[in-house]
Amino acid sequence: MYRLGIDVGGTNTDAVLIDKDLKVIAEVKLPTSSDIHGGISAAIQGILKKSKVDAKQITKAMLGTTQCTNAIVERKHLASIGVLRIAAPATLSLRPMVDWAADLKMIAAEVTIIGGGFEHDGKEIASFDEKAARAFFERCKARGIKSVAISGVFSTVREDHELEAGRLCHEVMGEDVYVSLSSKIGTMGLIERENAAILNAALYKVSNIFIDGFTDSLIEQGVANAAVYFSQNDGTLMSAETARKYPILTIACGPTNSIRGASYLSKVNDAIIIDVGGTTTDIGILHNGFPRESSVAVTIGGVRTNFRMPDVVSFGLGGGSIIREKDGAVSIGPDSVGYAITEKALVFGGDVLTATDIAVRLGYAKIGDPSLVTHIDKAIADKAMAGIVEMVEEHIDAMKMSNEDADVILVGGGSVLLPEHLAGVKRLIKPDHFAVANAIGSGIAKISGAYEKLVSYDETPREQALEIARKEAIETAVQGGAIPETVEIIDVEDIPLQYYPGNTCRVKIKAAGELA
Amino acid sequence: MRKIGIEEIEDIALGAALLGSGGGGDPYVGKLIAMGAIQECGPVTLLSIDEVPDDAFVVPIAMMGAPTVLAEKALGGNEYKVLYDMVSQFYNRKIFAFMPIEAGGVNSMLPFAAAARLGLPLVDVDGMGRAFPELQMVTFTMAGVNATPMALTDEKGNSVIFRTITNKWTEELARAVTMSCGGSVSVSLFCTDGSIVKKYGVRDIITRSQKLGKAIRTVKEGSGVPEKNFLDASEGIKLFRGKITDVLREVRGGFNYGKALLEGIGEYKGRSAYTEFQNENLAAAVDEKILATTPDLICLVDTETFNPIPTDALKYGKRVLMIALKCFGAWRSPEGLELVGPRYFGYDIDYIPVELRVKGEA
Repeated sequence: MYRLGIDVGGTNTDAVLIDKDLKVIAEVKLPTSSDIHGGISAAIQGILKKSKVDAKQITKAMLGTTQCTNAIVERKHLASIGVLRIAAPATLSLRPMVDWAADLKMIAAEVTIIGGGFEHDGKEIASFDEKAARAFFERCKARGIKSVAISGVFSTVREDHELEAGRLCHEVMGEDVYVSLSSKIGTMGLIERENAAILNAALYKVSNIFIDGFTDSLIEQGVANAAVYFSQNDGTLMSAETARKYPILTIACGPTNSIRGASYLSKVNDAIIIDVGGTTTDIGILHNGFPRESSVAVTIGGVRTNFRMPDVVSFGLGGGSIIREKDGAVSIGPDSVGYAITEKALVFGGDVLTATDIAVRLGYAKIGDPSLVTHIDKAIADKAMAGIVEMVEEHIDAMKMSNEDADVILVGGGSVLLPEHLAGVKRLIKPDHFAVANAIGSGIAKISGAYEKLVSYDETPREQALEIARKEAIETAVQGGAIPETVEIIDVEDIPLQYYPGNTCRVKIKAAGELA
Repeated sequence: MRKIGIEEIEDIALGAALLGSGGGGDPYVGKLIAMGAIQECGPVTLLSIDEVPDDAFVVPIAMMGAPTVLAEKALGGNEYKVLYDMVSQFYNRKIFAFMPIEAGGVNSMLPFAAAARLGLPLVDVDGMGRAFPELQMVTFTMAGVNATPMALTDEKGNSVIFRTITNKWTEELARAVTMSCGGSVSVSLFCTDGSIVKKYGVRDIITRSQKLGKAIRTVKEGSGVPEKNFLDASEGIKLFRGKITDVLREVRGGFNYGKALLEGIGEYKGRSAYTEFQNENLAAAVDEKILATTPDLICLVDTETFNPIPTDALKYGKRVLMIALKCFGAWRSPEGLELVGPRYFGYDIDYIPVELRVKGEA
């Protein structure tokens, strides 16, 4: 009984094998390949070889991937879609995708705004225009569109019209059409939520590519008995079935996996996590064992969105960052030799001065051949290191919630760069297996279940309603594969709807538990 | 006379965020609405104040309500036609041009949508030269112009026009109707003559917003020190550079009150500062000594990007440059200070122009 955790990043593909006690048995780090299938196959092969575990003993396989981000940024494999907004007469002055780049805007083949939607207090703006919706889906069908994004004004308060449109879409276009509802993806702010739903709809081909690629790689390497899961950006897993519907939720799962992996390795639940890679450093916040969510709109490939994302700052510092000296002043990055570090850095016999060379010169790390950097002037090395430390300390401070010193966990291959002491840090923890924390985060992730409904507290008293909601969320997690005894409620929210009859609240509860 | 297209709108929105002095609402959705209107109907003609005849009828356009509602439920697009018809019929006058009433924040953008959709020119003027939290805080109040008759409409087509006996009543009636209509409405108020606009309006304010926005956008392209470039281009007076160490907040009567504490960085190391706000920044002090107050503009901008930071986004750890911009001259008169001076906002201090306060410190 083993589980396989894989994280496909921009530079490296990391894989770990974890036993039933969640102990790390083997780890590999390989350069990421251009085709997802080949890179993952090589990583699985490496893990099987290193651990000598029988492939059939692996019962769970988890993948974290940046494929969706790349697809949006590079405009690759994005599908032609239909965009329906339920809002008229409101919002007619603001068409979908007004400020999108022209090449990305082209993914929307049919766009319309129809009658419906709600006020902030849950009253209808207008009744749902079923006739117009039907006509829109007929047009989409005639054009051979296979995926539709649906948004509605204040659908975070009431999603009735979005659900109704979703049902109608399947009725007209068939059961195999992909339907992305904005209320399932984003929060308040129509444009940002709609943008997220549109991107999600356009990603269905990409999700099929990485889901099928992962599944095929597993089978090819003899991992025939594993249930397949995908990392999402709140630190929990989703099934392949859910990932096909909501691929956008995999965006930014890399930093999330690092944060979760760091928490697991260090047994700490509240800390600042610093993940130093080859090109960039990510700093995030671990709060109650999960990543803190960002409170601001996040831009992906130039598109503003508002779905849940980890609150992470990235800046250009990594093991491969290029160090330059000019007239006594030393600059660090932001450019990097990246994956070519093993050829280009001085300690590997190359001719580019990198952050890694500085760390080796100052005796922080033993990498490559230290004799190749003894000629670097100590004063220059000190100056470069002071610059690196200042960069990291300033970002740590900017991520903190208050003036107090915080625990800091260092992970990622490039974290050997940093010294033992940093300002504003109470305890600096560098756990075992720190270099593959993200793959571990993917491997140990929990499975979640969510409940979301409008409840009238006049009909069902609050305590009773919340109890029902908790039970249903837990039940969903268990159905997803969680061990019942381990399921915990990780998020509770009930928002009263003003002026809505019957003391109505929107109840949202999320539960997560260990995979069986 | 000149044309305003999509590119100009980007800069004006960025400049308007700075003139918001921390308040005025995020111009983002307003910007998208204006861009959408220009994409559909073409660029907007911007008139200088001198191109407006004295007897021309000039009508301000704004939104009222919660900017957060506007971010979810944008305008239908027909509102401006409804306002046009209501106002021109009620006054029985032909509308010559629209104008913004507030230069800072979301209301800087919506008049562009109105002008584009109606094919009417927009006048390069406003009634504040910045953003203020209350309806009567416009220069035209000093001119004795009444806020009402005020026209108000929602995206569904509900509309009212009303007269009130005081501006306090205007605020109350408008607020009640806004809530019934779903929390965000389009309005016209302080409708007036070209002669009044010329005498009391804040001249060339849109051009100034555009200049400010361009300065922020291009500050790193120029040679020399970015901070100095920014201060030169914005005519900003540097008050402090520091890190936010705490933000105290309170919500009272629909307004956000608060205080942000700063600890000096760079040449200000070892010193402290704070700003106090009610939606907008109202007072700024360095080492406990007040350096700027309303109606002068107090703005916090990011030390790297020089992007303005709204008061609701202030949080621990942010590195900010605190600057002041001189307010519109008329606000410094006794009548102006009665409307928007420090005493109106509950400070027991006299207004002293920021440039004099700063000199006194040196």
